Amino acid sequence: MTTNEQLTRIVVVGNGMVGHHFVEQLIQQSEEVYGKSHFHITVLSAEPRLAYDRVHLSEYFSGKTADELSLTSAEHYQQLGVNFQVNARVNDIDKQAKTVAIESGETLSYDKLILATGSFPFVPPIPGNDQPHCLVYRTIEDLEAISASAKVSKVGVVVGGGLLGLEAANALKQAGLKTHVVEFAPQLMAVQVDVSGGRVLKDKIEELGVEVHTQKATQSIETGEHSRYKMVFADGEILETDMILFSAGIRPQDKLAREFGIAIGERGGIVVDDHCLTSDPDIYAIGECALWNNFIFGLVAPGYTMARAAASNIVGGDVAFEGADMSTKLKLMGVEVGSIGDAHAREHGALTYTYEDQVSGVYKKIVVNPETNKLTGSVLVGDTSDYDTLLQYALNEIDLPEFPESLILPSFGEGAPTLGADALPDTATICSCHNVTKGDIVASLDGGACDLAAVKSCTKASTGCGGCAALLKSVTDSELEKRGVEVKKDICEHFAYSRQELFHMVKVGQIKTFDELLEKHGTGLGCEICKPAAASILASIWNDFILEKPHVTLQDTNDTYLANMQKNGTYSVVPRIAGGEITPDKLIVLGQVAKKYNLYTKVTGGQRIDLFGARVEQLPLIWEELIDAGFETGHAYAKSLRTVKSCVGSTWCRYGVQDSVGQAIDIENRYKGLRSPHKLKIGVSGCTRECAEAQSKDIGIIATENGWNLYVCGNGGMKPRHADLFATDLDTETLIKYIDRVLMFYVRTADRLQRTSVWMENMEGGLDYLKDVVINDSLGLAAELEQQMQHVVDSYQCEWKSAISAQESRKRFRQFVNSEKTDSNIIFVEERNQIRPATENEVNNMLGTAKPVAETASTINIVEVE
Amino acid sequence: MSMSENWINVCEPSDLVDNSGVCALIDDVQVAIFKICHGDEQHLYAMSNWDPIGKANVMYRGLVGSVMDEPFVASPLYKQRYKLTSGECVDDESIQIAVYPARIVDQQVQLQIVN
Repeated sequence: MTTNEQLTRIVVVGNGMVGHHFVEQLIQQSEEVYGKSHFHITVLSAEPRLAYDRVHLSEYFSGKTADELSLTSAEHYQQLGVNFQVNARVNDIDKQAKTVAIESGETLSYDKLILATGSFPFVPPIPGNDQPHCLVYRTIEDLEAISASAKVSKVGVVVGGGLLGLEAANALKQAGLKTHVVEFAPQLMAVQVDVSGGRVLKDKIEELGVEVHTQKATQSIETGEHSRYKMVFADGEILETDMILFSAGIRPQDKLAREFGIAIGERGGIVVDDHCLTSDPDIYAIGECALWNNFIFGLVAPGYTMARAAASNIVGGDVAFEGADMSTKLKLMGVEVGSIGDAHAREHGALTYTYEDQVSGVYKKIVVNPETNKLTGSVLVGDTSDYDTLLQYALNEIDLPEFPESLILPSFGEGAPTLGADALPDTATICSCHNVTKGDIVASLDGGACDLAAVKSCTKASTGCGGCAALLKSVTDSELEKRGVEVKKDICEHFAYSRQELFHMVKVGQIKTFDELLEKHGTGLGCEICKPAAASILASIWNDFILEKPHVTLQDTNDTYLANMQKNGTYSVVPRIAGGEITPDKLIVLGQVAKKYNLYTKVTGGQRIDLFGARVEQLPLIWEELIDAGFETGHAYAKSLRTVKSCVGSTWCRYGVQDSVGQAIDIENRYKGLRSPHKLKIGVSGCTRECAEAQSKDIGIIATENGWNLYVCGNGGMKPRHADLFATDLDTETLIKYIDRVLMFYVRTADRLQRTSVWMENMEGGLDYLKDVVINDSLGLAAELEQQMQHVVDSYQCEWKSAISAQESRKRFRQFVNSEKTDSNIIFVEERNQIRPATENEVNNMLGTAKPVAETASTINIVEVE
Repeated sequence: MSMSENWINVCEPSDLVDNSGVCALIDDVQVAIFKICHGDEQHLYAMSNWDPIGKANVMYRGLVGSVMDEPFVASPLYKQRYKLTSGECVDDESIQIAVYPARIVDQQVQLQIVN
């Protein structure tokens, strides 16, 4: 007790993302300043749970649980020595006595009080807005209510077409409702996006099946005729719906401050200064409840900066809150939207460049100063790949290139000038989660950090969302190289070589096994990094069956069992469906096999069919049947060629100019089984409409009147990149030759787990160099590359066919060496007429204990798979 | 105190795979057994097959290797590494998997399971 009295008592009201960040910041800054915690912290959460990730709230509808969204836990706070109460609503502040009271009647004393009460959703004063199934979207409890309401509704309306409203609409759509968005303004996302951008956004969202009604003022909500309600608009029109979700903006939760004499802005919000101090010298306000410079910041990043500033002020530091950049980049229902700075070109003399592609629904605008040498704003809809570069231009006031429009025009050949690490000024923010600038990174290197890991631990850069990892690495590497430090590319502790060097050693030294490689060039037993890398190199060069004894233990589990492990330890099976073309008979076989083994079936993004829920011992049986029907492995488990996606092409399509399906099948059959540093995807489109999305693939092929255009080094995924145009109007023979060379050059020279895009971007000379090597044969390697590819093509074998015909490898596919029993922890339940793995809770409920037991009692809705 | 009576025959040495794992079911307990070969040396390790983080019976399907000369198996689900000698998680000190003594005697792989 006595120790507590010496500590400064901190009471934090509100445990949202910002309130939680404050707690972490205070503890961290306190340790930096005092070497230990100097505070007795109490957190009061009005919600029934501790802080969770509200930014990703909509993922609750795609299956994330409240636990998975949580940012902390009771144990974590206990470890930190933080006291906390949930369901603790504060209803009194006594500024003189320095106490707060909670509804339960308990009173707490504070030395410093932090108000992090956040905001509440604004519900427009429409008669009938308080009926059942009229809901808001802010907390997990709200989502639970929405979810319950959606189950008994067919149609849903979101009132509000802003950022949150569209997210809410996405949630309703995912819940299976016919979804409408009703917006008072003439356009969607009026804050971040201009009129033209709003129009493109509306088109894209309507394409996804959400109906958008702009310029609609709702007058009343009445009993409906076909649905539960009808909304009556000012223009006399009506809209029938079963539920209504209000998402028409937020209002600062400033009730406490208002009632207990803390200064409030004219239109609400607790007035704070640069230290986030309110009108009372011992009370701070941070996040969405705080009004700084007459502005409420409704994003999480500025809230975090406020938390940092308040914590700093308490420990005597000098971090201040000086406003925040409100630029945003997000993906709404798969539609990319970006907004930077002066998006509406409202600044005096602002000029704009605009690019619009109605065919693919892309809108890009940049706003520049009257001298056209600085970027002041931007709007991007449909494609935000330029966002990071544009934001760096804007934030760091970097001089624009001679033709600023080149930043947003699609690149044909030459490509837009990209900003390398060297072009960034020291003030450029690299990690926005932890507010780390390039200058901080340089300082950490000057201070003795000598590699990426040290920079990370010293600056905390890239330890938040991790989105800046690639940028951080390139800045660090470039700075290290400047200092003459050789950037170490050792693959792991067992080999002091890069992947490229290992590739060379294996090839030149005629090394055929990992043991041999380890004995000659390595040390120890190997690990999860070097073993799969060596397996991939050995396969690329010699192409032996990967389950042969010397190779089998090198593989990650997916490669070892030739299937993709899912969360409960079962596998999914993906047979190859080259080019996405499949006969009715084969389709029927897939259905029969899935039915027989009770597998969950889903169509993949790569035009194939995935069969989930196979137990390890079922894999050979399933494959026996598939192979009998003429299927072969799809390599979905491997770092190798996955699929060649195609559109239907000139055979059927009115617009097609070449047979894209035939080409895709030939190409897929040529490169199937090619092991590579990372997975490879290819697409073939039959005309310029590009329905196969070939430009998002490692190799993209688009038909022209005269042949084929070849694109290289694109990818989808977390950081999408459009492929670059490599060569035009090729005949098939030349096309294949070029692809052989590009792919084999990649296989030989890329780092482990490096995709083609990063490989090319890191290559000195980039695209032009690659063209030189492949088209002009500048290294004299072309013939060798083609030969090597031909060897891989000629030595192809279906791994599953080999696996089931060899007794030795078949033995691997069993759960127990000493029993025919099956794993009793694998339990499925039924959802939408198919199986899915039971959740942990469901398993515990069924088994009555957290640990799996031998045999499961069958419950009505358990599907015990045979 | 004779421990030898508690040894249970599980399978034959030929059922094991060099530098990899198999799984045995002993009553209701799933045990992953790993055989590590390095040069002429051979070691046998056994640990619970339950992945405490991935929450599935999969440990035997993990990849084995060494970190600072300490042999480990990596969970095939989320890749945390566990020391084969002690079951300690290399990547999270607060987590540990139960390990069991294992040996080969008279052409039998034997385990000692203590409650």
